[in-house]
Amino acid sequence: MDAFLWGVLPYLCIASLVGGTVWRYRYDKFGWTTRSSQLYESRLLRIGSPLFHFGILLVFFGHVGGLVIPESWTEAVGVSEGLYHFNALLFGGIAGLCTLAGILILVYRRRTTGPVFMATTKNDKLMYVLLIAAIVLGLWTTLVSVGAGSEAHNYRETVSPWFRSVFLLSPDVASMAAAPIQFHIHALVGMGLFALWPFTRLVHAFTAPLHYLFRPYIVYRSRDREGSSGSRSGRPGWSGVGTTDRDRQR
Amino acid sequence: MRVMAQMGMVMNLDKCIGCHTCSVTCKQAWTNRAGTEYVWFNNVETRPGQGYPRRYEDQATWKGGWELGKRGNLKLKAGGRVQKLFGIFASPVMPKLADYYEPWTYDYQTLITAPLGDDFPVARPKSLITGENTKITWSANWDDNLGGASEMGELDPIVEKLNNSVRRESEEKVKFELEKTFMFYLPRICEHCLNPSCVASCPSGAIYKREEDGIVLVDQDRCRGWRQCITGCPYKKIYFNHKSGKAEKCTFCYPRIEVGLPTVCSETCVGRLRYLGLFLYDADRVTEAATTPDEQDLYEAQLDLLLDPNDPEVKAAAKANGIPDDWMDAARRSPVYALAKTYRVALPLHPEYRTMPMVWYVPPLSPIVDVLANQGHDAESRETLFGAIDALRIPVDYLAELFTAGDTDVITGVLQKLAAMRAYMRDVSLGRDGDPSIPESVGMSEETLYEMYRLMAIAKYSDRYVIPTAHVERAHELEEIGCSLDFDEGPGMYESGPFGEASGKPAPVAVETFNALKRRQTSDTAMTTDSGGELQGRVNLLNWDGNGAPPGLFPSGKGQGS
Repeated sequence: MDAFLWGVLPYLCIASLVGGTVWRYRYDKFGWTTRSSQLYESRLLRIGSPLFHFGILLVFFGHVGGLVIPESWTEAVGVSEGLYHFNALLFGGIAGLCTLAGILILVYRRRTTGPVFMATTKNDKLMYVLLIAAIVLGLWTTLVSVGAGSEAHNYRETVSPWFRSVFLLSPDVASMAAAPIQFHIHALVGMGLFALWPFTRLVHAFTAPLHYLFRPYIVYRSRDREGSSGSRSGRPGWSGVGTTDRDRQR
Repeated sequence: MRVMAQMGMVMNLDKCIGCHTCSVTCKQAWTNRAGTEYVWFNNVETRPGQGYPRRYEDQATWKGGWELGKRGNLKLKAGGRVQKLFGIFASPVMPKLADYYEPWTYDYQTLITAPLGDDFPVARPKSLITGENTKITWSANWDDNLGGASEMGELDPIVEKLNNSVRRESEEKVKFELEKTFMFYLPRICEHCLNPSCVASCPSGAIYKREEDGIVLVDQDRCRGWRQCITGCPYKKIYFNHKSGKAEKCTFCYPRIEVGLPTVCSETCVGRLRYLGLFLYDADRVTEAATTPDEQDLYEAQLDLLLDPNDPEVKAAAKANGIPDDWMDAARRSPVYALAKTYRVALPLHPEYRTMPMVWYVPPLSPIVDVLANQGHDAESRETLFGAIDALRIPVDYLAELFTAGDTDVITGVLQKLAAMRAYMRDVSLGRDGDPSIPESVGMSEETLYEMYRLMAIAKYSDRYVIPTAHVERAHELEEIGCSLDFDEGPGMYESGPFGEASGKPAPVAVETFNALKRRQTSDTAMTTDSGGELQGRVNLLNWDGNGAPPGLFPSGKGQGS
């Protein structure tokens, strides 16, 4: 069982995440959007959305710090486990609470604003359930750790080595199996979220427009750019009116 | 000098009767879909009026366009790149649907299905957003023809500005009593600016300006719905499709322009007030021109960007920059260049936004003519007209705020030219000798004034719309294309390939339809002549009533005889 959960499932999720993203990018560029509902309602969105998004960005960087950077490295620069743990719980807790507050505002808005609720798909609802579950479970692990005080479980000796080992293609199932139950559930829900990611509106995170900081303001593009026509290139799987697929492969 | 071509439009506001045909046909062609119910790529506003969306010109609120930074540099009014990225999770100043209007339909079904009874069934308005019953409180042209102006006229940002400016005496305010007011129509499409702030605002880089013809388009596959362009555009001509979650905008009907047809709004304009043609401009100097310190100098700076297609230096540079000869020819015949630069009667809308808009307007003389006519004056005489232009400050100030960042001298100059044309041509039309002092008084020659009159009053279809087609040498790179013999009048010209009918690659549907329509409309002969006319003796199956087999029902089968 452990071998499946921590040795096989992660790879299935990665396959779904990577394969799904590639597929979606090739076949559904038009559907690749934030699906913003700001036009319908902006008062609650102005509070909830930044709260959630900035919170989740902090949570993301916190996870990167905790999972990717080995404990030995932080200790080498003089950060003791106690200090690290205190900071992680403090800032992680704050960021997590912001994220939770943000998403609760957004869900409330989504449910109570007529047009926004009407624009909510089943896909969105499933995604919200997983996303909120992952956030709540994450906060639960934090809460348990805070409650345990200095006795708290050090996930950097169990979860983190397993996480890194997955990417080194030799999953350290034993380490992960040794972690407490709350970490197990949080990780499972997280994996579910990532497996579903490419098929939900969450894909917009993969096209975060950081290149905006570096490009020239005015974009020029030629009508006759290779392989494209009019405003946009032909979509895979579709052939234009009056042309055959053979013609497309000029 | 980097010469680039730009498709431009000029609208002669004196001719606009406010019939909204352009808006309706544009909507039918482009935004007749779910998610774009409230989207009007083309709308016609009554001015004074709030415009669409409401008060869009109030940039203190909406933060559209560019402004000069402390060091005199050009920056987006809504903030720099970093600031924009931080505001991405909830766009700070995006108009709400209420600033446009809640689109609706009527529940027509009840008219049919209501049970028999004494009461008349009523088709109630239903919101297209929620599907619920709704109250109609606003729309895209709610204040059409000054409707409600006595209550809400003050909400026009320009009226507000004029009435609040300190130099105004109380009696000189813009009034909305019937006998003291004025109005005109302002049809608006995307300006396809040379320095578009929507393009600069797009974090994804999905909005782009086409190198060939300067048309600004949204790449629907790259747009991620970050909504920054909606704030960025000071004319609020980028709309958010709430179903697809993508930005959409006026396309300048690029599929029609590419095959040499005018845009839908121009084609269907009842007053024939729209002109289409090419501008050549120096792309290297755009930013410099947009950075002009004084707002009132922006109009001149924009004119300076436009290059004279007859200038040998420009010709050489254009050749070096790959502008084809037929495009140069079109640029020389361009009616928009003539109106904007040669005659200097067309003005850009709100040059102070620093976007260098490329849809120009001939300001209306009608507010002044109307007043004169109503008061029983001779509205065709130069002296009366010139005197009125000086005396009727309010319309002139209003037009100046729209077209010249408040510089009334430019507006007065243009109105005087229009007045001079009116006065001079009255003599000519009545068979009298033209008075040469009239054109002289506005710095024009009799010939130039007459040419301007020809272009503004009686220009034919081919003079109003000078549209070079997407270029033949590059045709093989276009979307829909047949074989290499498809050049104009060539053997492959939408007819058949080298091996008889239907051989070769299929003719593109769009091109085929356009050309069939064009031939039918311009043909002198009837549809089904056997005289080897345009349709070569073929029967139009759509007109065939199914009785028997008229001659020409089947193709003759070339080479086999029939």
